Amino acid sequence: MKPGMFLRVALIALLLALVLKPGAFAPAFAPFAPENGPVIYTRSSLLSLSLSHLGLVAMASLAATIVAVTLAILVTRPAGAAFRPLSRTITNVGQTFPPVAVLALAVPALGFGAGPTLVALFLYGLLPIFENAMTGLSTLPASTMEAARGIGLSRWQRLWRVELPLALPVILGGIRLSVVIALGTATIGSTVAARTLGEVIIAGLLTSNTAFVLQGGLIVGLFAVLIHDALVQLEKYLAQRSGRG
Amino acid sequence: MIEIDRITKLYGQTRAVDAVSLTAETGTITAIVGTSGSGKTTLLRMINRLVEPSSGEVRINGEPTHAVKPHLLRRRIGYAIQGHGLFPHHTVARNIGAVPELLGWPKEKIAARVDELLTLFGMEPAEFRDRLPLELSGGQQQRVGVARALASRPDLLLMDEPFGALDPIIRTRAQEDLRAIQRKLGSTIMLVTHDMDEAIRLGDRIAVMDGGRLVQYGPPEEIVAAPATAFVADMVGDAERPMRLLSLIPVSDLVEPGTAEGAPLPAEATLREALSACLWTGREAVPVETEGAPAGRVTLAAIRARAERHA
Repeated sequence: MKPGMFLRVALIALLLALVLKPGAFAPAFAPFAPENGPVIYTRSSLLSLSLSHLGLVAMASLAATIVAVTLAILVTRPAGAAFRPLSRTITNVGQTFPPVAVLALAVPALGFGAGPTLVALFLYGLLPIFENAMTGLSTLPASTMEAARGIGLSRWQRLWRVELPLALPVILGGIRLSVVIALGTATIGSTVAARTLGEVIIAGLLTSNTAFVLQGGLIVGLFAVLIHDALVQLEKYLAQRSGRG
Repeated sequence: MIEIDRITKLYGQTRAVDAVSLTAETGTITAIVGTSGSGKTTLLRMINRLVEPSSGEVRINGEPTHAVKPHLLRRRIGYAIQGHGLFPHHTVARNIGAVPELLGWPKEKIAARVDELLTLFGMEPAEFRDRLPLELSGGQQQRVGVARALASRPDLLLMDEPFGALDPIIRTRAQEDLRAIQRKLGSTIMLVTHDMDEAIRLGDRIAVMDGGRLVQYGPPEEIVAAPATAFVADMVGDAERPMRLLSLIPVSDLVEPGTAEGAPLPAEATLREALSACLWTGREAVPVETEGAPAGRVTLAAIRARAERHA
């Protein structure tokens, strides 16, 4: 645990420095910048780009979680079982449709900015959450479910008190997957003028400035690693608390 | 009193349970025995409406079960199953208090009831109430499962192979504990088992199911001594019959004045134990004592004569 803790603190420190004091890294990035070109991205504050990036991911993931978990609950009820294949198809389409194509199609309807990115991230995030929630809700211990019915819990009580708490670690696994995918995918939102860290990467690509690409990529990567790690820890804790760990 | 009145369950053309009627008196244990597929579990599950009967009705203290919403009915009927079915994410106390909580008992009353039941099942409340089921042994989990079923003082307790997952030594202890607790609380219990030994040990009356039908219903002595069909005789087992019969009769029935050599048996011991003691130590008689005081003896000849008389 000790080395893991140390690494975690070091990565958080590195991330904070990259976002808050980008100027300090000028010597490190200088070899990758074109001659006489800027080394550090200064056209807008990296902090505000990071916050906006994380905000988009959080909003899209929250919406995807609500929709996917609700859908999973519905199709795991006896009355909804018939819709299981259909809802699988829908979420699968969301996953196979490339986010770039979603952006292109959404711009005419929603205009430039955050809207199309939210839609793309939302659709892209549905499948992992839905699949995990369905697995979690349909692999509960049979004797526990039998007892829950047998001692007189109503349908709602079974869902709230037994099924969701027991499935929570597995559902969270799906959310984690979806959030990490969204953190990376959100960067392409900057092609349609959403404010994300993709702006830094795209600026670098347009001016052949590898220093910008590295700067943007490093920050997004660190966010993804740290958030992934935090969610894994949360899952472990919940699995232990639900007596399954 | 539990009355089951011509209850039937059809699955397509198959009659899983075929017009079964039986009445169980308050404060008794009824053991429903059968092979798998005999309909015994379906019969049990129709009593708390986990399975809806195709026809017929069940009355608990005169009130038909179909007059109540299923989940409300089930809160009045205890239910314990094989593999306990405890909620893994709730503590022992929350598991046991689950039904009282559903019934809206005040918190202090639930806590007091939980401690009372833990004590009754020989589990120190302070030590066990905050543990998760995962942190208990198999025998303890099973006891918590039965305690949960008894928590709201239900009119009736249904048990589906409650000891099926336990190893033989713990199972025997659990059966004795259940019998003792049932006598103490005066609970009415209906228990499903495939094990004739368990049925004989626990049942005041035994219901034998075969192919969805109730083939015999009576006290254990009658089932052992006078099986109604070849199937019942098979379930009892020819070679086992004399021993099973003797295991139902206390030594006190055959005690006579006189003395005998060797270690004494208590008057509550069964004739099976007396026979076993005679055979093992080569004695013709064993002394019997009541609460430590000599009360006479029981002879091998008397045991043999009793076994020959069957019922």
